[in-house]
Amino acid sequence: MSDLKKIKDEFLLKLKSKLNLSEVNQMKSDLFGKNGLVSSQFKKIGSIAETERKKFASELNVIKDELQDLINLKIKEIENEEIREKLHKEKIDVTLPERPFVRGKIHPVSQTIDEISSIFSEIGFSVEEGPDVESEYNNFTALNTPENHPARDMHDTFYLDEKKERLLRTHTSPVQIRTMLKDKPPFKIIAPGRTYRSDSDQTHAPMFHQVEGLHIDKDINMGHLKGCLNYFIKEFFELDKIKMRFRPSHFPFTEPSAEVDIGYEMRDGKIVIGEGDQWLEILGCGMVHPNVLRNVKIDPIKFQGYAFGMGIDRLAMLKYGINDLRAFFDCDYRWLNHFGFDPLDVPTNYRGLSR
Amino acid sequence: MKITFDWLKDHLKTNLKEKNLLEQLTNIGLEVEGVQNLSSDKELFKVAKIIKTIKHPNADRLKVCDVDVGEKEFKKVVCGAANAVEGLITVYALPGSIIPKTKTKLVVAKIRGVTSYGMLCSESELNLSDESDGIIELSSGYKKIIGKNYFSKSKSNLIDLSITPNRPDCLGIRGIARDLAASGFGKLIHFKKKKIKSNNRQSLKVKIKKEKNQGCSIFGSCLITDVKNTESPQWLKDKLISIGQKPISAIVDITNYVMFDLNRPLHAYDADKIEKGIIVRNSKLGEKFTALDNKDYKLEDGMCVISDHKGVLGLGGIIGGTRSGTELDTKNILLESAYFKPGSIRNTAKKLNLDTDAKFRFERGIDPLSIEDGLNKAAILIKEICGGKISKIDIQKIETHKTKIVKFDINLVEKIAGFKISTKEISKILENLGFKLKKKKNLFELTVPSWRPDITQEIDIVEELVRISGYDKIMIIDPIKERKKSTLNKSQKLFHFLQRSIASKGYIEAITWSFTDSNYNNYFRDTKKEIKIVNPISTELDVLRNSIFSNLIIYLNKNLDRGFKDLSIYEIGPTFSGSMPGEQNTVVCGLSSGKKSRLSWIEKERNVDVFDVKKEVVQTLIEAGYKSEEFFIDNKTPDYYHPGKSGRLFLKKDEDLVAAYFGEIHPSIIKKIGMKTESLVGFEIFLDNLKLPAKTLNDQKNKFNVSDYQKSERDFAFIIDRDVNAQDLINAIASVDQNLISNIRVFDVYEGDNIPKNQKSIAISVTIQSTEKTLNDNDLENINQLIIETVENRTGAKIRS
Repeated sequence: MSDLKKIKDEFLLKLKSKLNLSEVNQMKSDLFGKNGLVSSQFKKIGSIAETERKKFASELNVIKDELQDLINLKIKEIENEEIREKLHKEKIDVTLPERPFVRGKIHPVSQTIDEISSIFSEIGFSVEEGPDVESEYNNFTALNTPENHPARDMHDTFYLDEKKERLLRTHTSPVQIRTMLKDKPPFKIIAPGRTYRSDSDQTHAPMFHQVEGLHIDKDINMGHLKGCLNYFIKEFFELDKIKMRFRPSHFPFTEPSAEVDIGYEMRDGKIVIGEGDQWLEILGCGMVHPNVLRNVKIDPIKFQGYAFGMGIDRLAMLKYGINDLRAFFDCDYRWLNHFGFDPLDVPTNYRGLSR
Repeated sequence: MKITFDWLKDHLKTNLKEKNLLEQLTNIGLEVEGVQNLSSDKELFKVAKIIKTIKHPNADRLKVCDVDVGEKEFKKVVCGAANAVEGLITVYALPGSIIPKTKTKLVVAKIRGVTSYGMLCSESELNLSDESDGIIELSSGYKKIIGKNYFSKSKSNLIDLSITPNRPDCLGIRGIARDLAASGFGKLIHFKKKKIKSNNRQSLKVKIKKEKNQGCSIFGSCLITDVKNTESPQWLKDKLISIGQKPISAIVDITNYVMFDLNRPLHAYDADKIEKGIIVRNSKLGEKFTALDNKDYKLEDGMCVISDHKGVLGLGGIIGGTRSGTELDTKNILLESAYFKPGSIRNTAKKLNLDTDAKFRFERGIDPLSIEDGLNKAAILIKEICGGKISKIDIQKIETHKTKIVKFDINLVEKIAGFKISTKEISKILENLGFKLKKKKNLFELTVPSWRPDITQEIDIVEELVRISGYDKIMIIDPIKERKKSTLNKSQKLFHFLQRSIASKGYIEAITWSFTDSNYNNYFRDTKKEIKIVNPISTELDVLRNSIFSNLIIYLNKNLDRGFKDLSIYEIGPTFSGSMPGEQNTVVCGLSSGKKSRLSWIEKERNVDVFDVKKEVVQTLIEAGYKSEEFFIDNKTPDYYHPGKSGRLFLKKDEDLVAAYFGEIHPSIIKKIGMKTESLVGFEIFLDNLKLPAKTLNDQKNKFNVSDYQKSERDFAFIIDRDVNAQDLINAIASVDQNLISNIRVFDVYEGDNIPKNQKSIAISVTIQSTEKTLNDNDLENINQLIIETVENRTGAKIRS
């Protein structure tokens, strides 16, 4: 018995000292290995007197369990300590910069086109396109602006030939002509795109963007026009209420024609849309002129409807507080970065225009 | 068109205020562009005379003037105008006045060391005209009122209207008054027409030659003899000054007054300078004359000229000539009131690049029945002011004015405008606008007033009625949220997808002009033809772009100059291959400069290279739904790419159309444009050459099919001629068994020691997996052998032992 106790005390003492994993494993085999101290005690059981045997065996088992538990605990302790030490050694300065990344941006005009398309999509308009180079006929004559019409003066036109038959479209309205010649009514389209006028100063660029709208059906009147634009402007500026004013104007391709102003005020040098009593012109529109319909072989008695055209760049400027039109096309990396949009910011019907 | 409320009141009886007027003008389509308030300030502009000038001691171009402003002492004013000479009578602005053009307040200030008390003004500074060359020169008549206010005390503001080109009638005050009255803003005053009473015949013979394309159809005239041209009386001067015109002499002022009042342009000739008689005819090529703007004009064939027996006197309806112009000593005048055809006026003015007030009016269409009214009004005024005898009116015409009749169905108003106007209201509006009405059931037969060339059909009547009733009566009909057709078609969706796909790879989207500098365009033109713009805005934007690269590179370079180094920009938009509509292609074009991971503490920096742009192209196309296994790449690229470090991509091997190019930009271009960057790579994806994806997303997804059997990876190293493409090896391996070979990766390319000259080693890892079973060693060995054999046979490669 004293043997057992001796072994136990000796090893308990050993386990209290600082040990590494191999030392503990050595201890383990010293005790429980084939010829280990504990194992050899078990071998002794058979030779012990029958009266003593039971007691011995049970004491031996208790000691064995106790030592085994302690050793396992010690092993765990050591392992934990090792991990702790490893982690401590591996600690780094996480305030150092992350791995480099670059961020792309979508141009504000592209974003605005997507916003416009998304809004008109909801009320059933589809998107049409036309070429940048147009014939004089599609750009002017078919749109009831014959040669020598003073309205042509308002369009400083870039020409591609001396006869002035081919030009860079001065507005997106020729898409109306192309669309109506291609298909049969009804029509409900918008046509965003590049437009060109030989004009260049602070507020004019030789290239800019317009979006055309056209809705032709049997009974589309000026009330529909007003409703459509009222809806668009509210959605675009993301406002519940806007002040909108229709006032008579003149375009050769619409009759009656209107220009649309929206209310605004200046607050801290920034334009605030929707309030205030200043008026800002944002688009031109009207009922498609019967002459235009006749030019595309549509009977103006059976079909009628409206058209509108607005400057996309200007809408973007108003919405996003951009002051200089020319900056849109100056390609200054700092400007593009500042006013550009994340490519994941896709305007859609269900998520809305803004984040 | 500039007007004042006071002048309007000559024609309009109203008690309403100016504020209401401004609103109403805009409401009926006569848009108020601006209102100038001169009244508070008018007393600070004085008639003054320059007494003495000396050269400014510190500035060659400036003078120091002693100016008589009606006070005891002369004012010292510094002035830079060349025409500031001793004796000139001009307009002096007192310190404290606000200069109308610049809206800045004038202060006493030192100009190059000499104190200037006030300022001598040009016409443009006072918003009287665009004339900014020199200061105002007033006639000697103003001598009597030196020190007095230049502007009259009228409280009426100057209202600037934007008159649309369809409304020539509103280029006269009376036309505006008529529209206002029709809309219920006051009542139009009707005058008893004053007529010339005379027994004398107009003795100067006038003839309109009957020629093809004769631009003049009516020529009315009257002769006024023994006049004494003088300065206009104050009321007339005030009237013209109030709308920003400068008084000149009574005769000129009267013709101007009638023009602004009635939109009836007139022209006064010195009758003594007309040789024998007036002939209105087409010009002949090479004819010359000096116009009242003191410029010489060389005419082409067929321009409508007013001539006498000696030659051209003036361009009818556009500008008179100096030879027959009236002056202060003119004794006998011939007053012209004619009708010139808009098209003819426009052609001539355009060819000669001439823009005058008369031209502006005639090209929009003058009331052909206003000829006599104009002559009567002006001649009587001239007689009143300048004395003399008036002849009878002589009228020559080669065409008579045809009255227009429009049949109008009153139901059309509601059909177009969406709201009703009562028949009574319709009659009232149209009558007030000058229409004559004949009613037949729901149909009106309308006689269109002669001053409304814009009205030709029913819809024009609707416009009149809606405009005068007010656009605020149009209801808002909310749109229905219903979509019958998809918003975007397939190619528009692809555009949208690629646009955002490239941006998601770190590229910043730019939008540049569709035109470009031909010098740069030539670098990237390839085999395309140059498309010149006939009238470019500048020589740097003289052609349509054949490639987006030219503009991108110009702007990228500007950004490099701003100190940026590592830039990635792109544009999606048109490039042009010809000058016919439709000869354009949509291209996504990107450029990337400098390095990746520059100055990173954690990653090794390196130059951007061809495999970066290849990645953008391939990844983008895969994302857009194209199968990379089918891509075919070779190295035939346009000459603006580095010939050894660029490639072109086809969606499939035998396809004709190039899907994309990618590579380094040719070093010689970078050198020529003086760009400083470590590396410049770019790509072009041609949208029109991409096959549009399958119908629906469901169609685009293949059946889900994966294998759970064990896969094994085998590595191979082949030695092969340097010129053979890796793609050939990969294709050969892929062809061995598409069911078993699930992935092929090149993991090393090596040239140099241990490899024969002009050869390279390519190491490839092949993943082999069956969908039916776990392959045993025997199966794998067979595949191995097959791969080696196929590659060796097809490409001439040798497996490295």
